[in-house]
Amino acid sequence: MVLDLSHAGALVTGASRGLGRALAEALVQRGARVVLVARDANTLGPVVEQLRARGGTAHAIVADVTDKDAVYGIVAAAEAAAGPLDVLVHNASALGPVPLRPLLDTDCEALEQVLATNLVGPFRISKVVAGAMAVRGRGLIAHISSDASVEGYPTWGPYGASKAAHDQLARVWDAELAPHGVRYVSLDPGEMRTQMHADAVPDADPRALADPRDVAEKIVTVLSHAHALAPSARLSAAELTRFARAHRVATETEYPA
Amino acid sequence: MIAARIPREDALGARVLTVDPRAHTVGERTVPQLVELLTERDLLVVNDAATVPASLRARAQAVSYEFEVRLAGAPHPDDEALLDAVLFGPGDWRTPTEHRAPAPPLARGDLLTFHRAGVSHAFAATVHAVDATSPRLLTLRFDRTHAPLYRALYALGVPVQYSHLARPLAVWDVQTAYGARPWAVEAPSAGLPLRFRVLDALRARGVRVAAITHAAGLSSTGDPALDARLPLPERFDVQAATGALVCETRARGGRVVAVGTSTARALEGALRVVRSLDALALGVQGVTDLRLGAHTPRAVVDGLFTGLHEPTASHYALLQSFVPKGLLDRAYAHAEARGFLAHEFGDASLVLAA
Repeated sequence: MVLDLSHAGALVTGASRGLGRALAEALVQRGARVVLVARDANTLGPVVEQLRARGGTAHAIVADVTDKDAVYGIVAAAEAAAGPLDVLVHNASALGPVPLRPLLDTDCEALEQVLATNLVGPFRISKVVAGAMAVRGRGLIAHISSDASVEGYPTWGPYGASKAAHDQLARVWDAELAPHGVRYVSLDPGEMRTQMHADAVPDADPRALADPRDVAEKIVTVLSHAHALAPSARLSAAELTRFARAHRVATETEYPA
Repeated sequence: MIAARIPREDALGARVLTVDPRAHTVGERTVPQLVELLTERDLLVVNDAATVPASLRARAQAVSYEFEVRLAGAPHPDDEALLDAVLFGPGDWRTPTEHRAPAPPLARGDLLTFHRAGVSHAFAATVHAVDATSPRLLTLRFDRTHAPLYRALYALGVPVQYSHLARPLAVWDVQTAYGARPWAVEAPSAGLPLRFRVLDALRARGVRVAAITHAAGLSSTGDPALDARLPLPERFDVQAATGALVCETRARGGRVVAVGTSTARALEGALRVVRSLDALALGVQGVTDLRLGAHTPRAVVDGLFTGLHEPTASHYALLQSFVPKGLLDRAYAHAEARGFLAHEFGDASLVLAA
């Protein structure tokens, strides 16, 4: 069944810039009630104000998703603002220290910190949100992944490993939650023109990078049609594009302009 | 019955006192054995309210000491800056509620500020109304709503708890495995043993599971006159999908089993708003003042999974809506003799006709 985003409550982490911001905007544009989480009030505030100025339903929560003590408060605040959550997007990510460096030059604390942000923090939030989704019999959690989780790119060790670990948790989450009507999927957005990419690859050619707003549109199409994804689905960037294209056509057929 | 003094290490270790009001029998099971007692025609309804850390340290002008405020419920549906609260004097949960020092006298318009050492989220509320009969029962207008209000509450508040407990509770001690909407001020504790190993097994058996949201309130204030009014009116939301499952279950002769008295109150209260069972399928929200008792006709809920509490007036009265007093007394005597543990982290009971 197509997820009707116009009646959905959604929580997006790392939403003050880049793909997270674009995802929040795309969801708000489709009528969802969106809660944006980020650590920096100065960046997040204006983003939410802008969305509201355009008539959208958006709420800001300034918080660190790796803080164990903050998790229940973050989800409670999100539910107080937007009602029951139908969609959770784990977008907030840590790269680790930049410039990126070989594993032999990587402190173990840096690896732990990246795992804390990209794996354990999202796990805590997923636990609180997925339980409620499971007894309601519906819901969708998306992990924004990376092909650094499947390829052996030098200097991408901690980030890649953390994404791979979350990809694997996502597969198990999906298998455990599916009987309750809830899905957990991993999506590789491909390389985008974002601050995060610039931090990682300062000399990249911006023309070779995707606009995060275009990627957000594809992801939101996938979220709407997540029921059609195979069990424990992880979409590569190319698969994401193909799936979005196929289902955008389907939507246009069902709902002609 | 002895009260459980700390949360269990293994929530699934709770014992279940089974009471069959038709066969007039009392028995014992374990939580995992619930799977054997329900069938694919039955519906288990849980309360998916998260438990807010609803105890706050407060100060007010003209009051020289710090005192305690306990939220009594969820925001008023028509004005989300308004929440009801009960005032307590200085001190905390370590003192039995009925021995607490008197609460300060507050009046409409008084300003309260809330603090916690080492936390920067200070926030405030004004007294919007004082109850005509009980000066400790107030409606507060907070200086923020929705996400900012709940961020502040979770930063400054601690869980409401009582003197039978051996240690301070953390917010994760009082959550069910599925709670999310921050409406409960005490844990909907009947649901604490229902971890996902059990919910998964129930679904695998074909038992349907659905959720309502109910603002489970305070269970004790230490003031007999105010306690006699519990439960106070409480906000509820019976989602359309749940209402539809309730109708479908009853239509095919299955049993609707409420997990917790708050769930029973929400479902029976909802029906009194819409008047017909079919209308539940459209979803109902509101505030219910229904108090179930021995003579309250029940039209929605067939069975009840709940904890074992002191046989206080309101809890015992609600159970008598399911079980005749004689059988209820016998069941409680059996539990006492068999060493069942009482209160929120204790053992459970299932009242269900086979």
